[in-house]
Amino acid sequence: MNQLLFISPILFPLLGVLINTMLGRRMSEKAIGWLAAWMVIASFAISLVLFAQLSAAPAEARLTWGAIDLGIPWIQAGALNVSFGFLIDPLSATMMLVVSGVGALIHIYSIGYMHGDPRFARFFVYLNLFVASMMLLVMADSFLLLFVGWELVGLCSYLLIGFWFKNLKNAEAGRKAFVVNRIGDAAFILGILLTFVTFGSLTFRDVFAGVERGGESVQAAVAAITLLLFIGATGKSAQIPLHVWLPDAMAGPTPVSALIHAATMVTAGIYMMARNHVLFEAAPSTQALVAIVGALTALTAGYSALTQFDIKRVLAYSTISQLGFMVAAAGLGAYVAAMFHLVTHAFFKALLFLAAGSVIHALEHHGHHHAVDPQDMRNMGGLRAKLPLTFAVFAIGGLALAGVPPLAGFFSKDEIVLDALKHNPLVFILLTVAAIFTAFYVGRQLMMVFFGRPRSEMAEQAHESPAVMTAPLLALAALTIVGGALNLPGVGTLGYWLAPAVDEFKTHPLDVGLAGAFTLIALGGLAGAGLIYRHAFAAPDQADPLSRLGLLYRLSLNAWYLDRLYQAVVVKGFYTLSSFLASVLDLGGIDGLVNGAGRLARSAGEWLRGAQTGFVRSYGLLMLIGVVVLVTYFLVAGANVR
Amino acid sequence: MDTVTPFVLLSAILFALGLTGVLVRRNALMIFMSIELMLNSANLAFVAFARQWGRLDGQMFVFFIMTVAAAEVAVGLALIVTIFRARRSTNVDDLAQLKG
Amino acid sequence: MSADFLLFLIVGFVAIAAATAMLFSRSALYAALFLITNFGAVAVLYLLLNAPFLAMVQISVYAGAIMVRFLFVIMLVGAERRGREPEAPTLRWQRPLAIVLAIVLVVQAAYVFITRAAAGPAPAETVDAGPLSIGKTLIGSYLLPFEVIAIVLLAAMVGAVVLTRERS
Repeated sequence: MNQLLFISPILFPLLGVLINTMLGRRMSEKAIGWLAAWMVIASFAISLVLFAQLSAAPAEARLTWGAIDLGIPWIQAGALNVSFGFLIDPLSATMMLVVSGVGALIHIYSIGYMHGDPRFARFFVYLNLFVASMMLLVMADSFLLLFVGWELVGLCSYLLIGFWFKNLKNAEAGRKAFVVNRIGDAAFILGILLTFVTFGSLTFRDVFAGVERGGESVQAAVAAITLLLFIGATGKSAQIPLHVWLPDAMAGPTPVSALIHAATMVTAGIYMMARNHVLFEAAPSTQALVAIVGALTALTAGYSALTQFDIKRVLAYSTISQLGFMVAAAGLGAYVAAMFHLVTHAFFKALLFLAAGSVIHALEHHGHHHAVDPQDMRNMGGLRAKLPLTFAVFAIGGLALAGVPPLAGFFSKDEIVLDALKHNPLVFILLTVAAIFTAFYVGRQLMMVFFGRPRSEMAEQAHESPAVMTAPLLALAALTIVGGALNLPGVGTLGYWLAPAVDEFKTHPLDVGLAGAFTLIALGGLAGAGLIYRHAFAAPDQADPLSRLGLLYRLSLNAWYLDRLYQAVVVKGFYTLSSFLASVLDLGGIDGLVNGAGRLARSAGEWLRGAQTGFVRSYGLLMLIGVVVLVTYFLVAGANVR
Repeated sequence: MDTVTPFVLLSAILFALGLTGVLVRRNALMIFMSIELMLNSANLAFVAFARQWGRLDGQMFVFFIMTVAAAEVAVGLALIVTIFRARRSTNVDDLAQLKG
Repeated sequence: MSADFLLFLIVGFVAIAAATAMLFSRSALYAALFLITNFGAVAVLYLLLNAPFLAMVQISVYAGAIMVRFLFVIMLVGAERRGREPEAPTLRWQRPLAIVLAIVLVVQAAYVFITRAAAGPAPAETVDAGPLSIGKTLIGSYLLPFEVIAIVLLAAMVGAVVLTRERS
């Protein structure tokens, strides 16, 4: 019974999947949507109960309190012995709350957003499946089970990005996400295999004990393992060089972008690194690489976000950039800071996406000019008056993202840059520049969407979204405002809570100088953007003021031309290699062998058919020859035996 | 008569004669009779060995072989009659449609 | 040289002569008659080998019933009427090769029988092979084959009838 309670956060969304798959056709939109939402809410409620029970346990017992093994053998092959085991420790409990909590809000929002979609039930099946998979991922107690969740969320991501697959561009975006993630996953699998080879087990507890026992002897192996795991994380958490799928993933419905591509799934890589902090700490070389990659990602993606016109693409690059902050923090060993930023980012980025969705929804449903792109910010403007509530929450989210105190993003970002300043000046510089970019693109987006005058007919006719959509926005906005209280400097609630699971933690008082500097950076960036864009875009086709920067502008707009580079080098190279293999190796070599074998058989048949005279007597003679040969053989062999 | 060796030698000679008949004659009936001769020679060997070992089993085998031979002749001759009706020939070399 | 061995020599010679004559006879009818002679000679050999019951069966079933059926068919199809024809080109080697190989086989068999005869036991005491003991063995340890062979005979009978029936 107890075990059932433990895994019911996974089972409830799965139940939703089951019901909506089988009965979805016959149920009304309301029934489908609320069923799915309630399943996630139930999952959240149970996560809360488990969280309460866990926090009632003494601090030193919290690591083992929630370790359960269902006792069902899953894989038994030689030395490999995996059973279904789950682990609820402070780290996974935190993730469970974030996933199911934010997930529940997004489910409710989706009821309004997806209204009228012909595949409404399918959408909620996918969303529920995603929540179940993500819960599985964070609750797994072994690499293998984590990988199952890891792949399942990848699948859901693929299904949801291409949800409107009738538009070829969306289907292609889904495929791109899937293929790019596969590259990371391949490395991840290798990492898992290497873990098993090195430590002979796949459960986290055994592996971590093995690392501590192994000491120097396993150092090289651990370095390789962490490197492979990190490559997996670069795929899932959209880090350089595998981040190219995430901007395209915005092809999916906006709630999906909020849930999967901002708040939860993309944080799987961060969670995985925090979960395996024992491994990563034993591999300083990997750690350094992780920090640099994260900081570089934060910088380059933030730069790309500066000049985008699609409202969701700005947020997509912003997500990559913020994930870069978290990865950098993980690389610096500041897992608490990474997890803190993960949580606050889940709040304010989900808020931003949902608010953006509200904007798009308002334009789409009240304008009738479908030739005009409702996601292009050049077609917006002046929406502050039309969508006051959306504007308010968007602004809150944006300011949190920029790092304006006392919103959640300020505290979490502050902790990361403080750690960077202490441990790695290069990372600190990169992150500081990234923070400047962040404030600027937030200001630019606010100006383009909400200020000025409406630049299209649909922007003029926009109306506020229904309550089922705005209520989750308000909830997220509240979380964004108070989220920083989770881990106030000098108090460190979250830090001390997570400490047993990730690392020793010691809170520190607010560094007033640094915090002041970053507040100035945030406000300065916002103000700069406000100044530059105050009079820009009087008409939709006017050029961006930044385009005067020339090459720098084009680099940002085209995201460093990485897509084109990959297209030219990887995709083209792949096609060239494929056509070479197909025409030369396959047609010439393998088909040649096969055809040759056929020709050989045919000519041998042509030659041997002479023996088939059709005369019964010649067959008889052949039999006699065989008899004589056999008798002779046995005589000779028998003589030898004797 | 202290040994059965002459009997089995005779059996071998009769077998070879029957075999030659099968392979050189073209008339289906002749081939069939040659086969009977071969069977008969095998029977002779069986009886000879039964005598050597002082057991009845060899004779039982001969009994069964004779019965099978009777059945085989019944079916075989029926086939020859049928083929003759269809092709007006008992020459096996005329029946060479199955060549490759 | 015992009287038995003398009898064996005479009867064996008759058997070989009859078989050879059958082999070379042009007419199928004569061939059948020579074969009957051969069967009769073998029946005598069975008697020499302490198999009186089989000798009688040989005469009545083989030389009698089976060969009568052969004669009937020979009459029916008139097979003896056909004269000599040239061999087909692919069968040119058939005759000499068959004869040579048959001789090789006989030589091999003779070699085996003569060189390995010492390996076998000396001829045992004769056992009772009269109809009574044959029948007991047949209904005793050979009951199952006996029943099976009855079905085989039935099947052959049905098969012969079906095969020779005129299609209307």
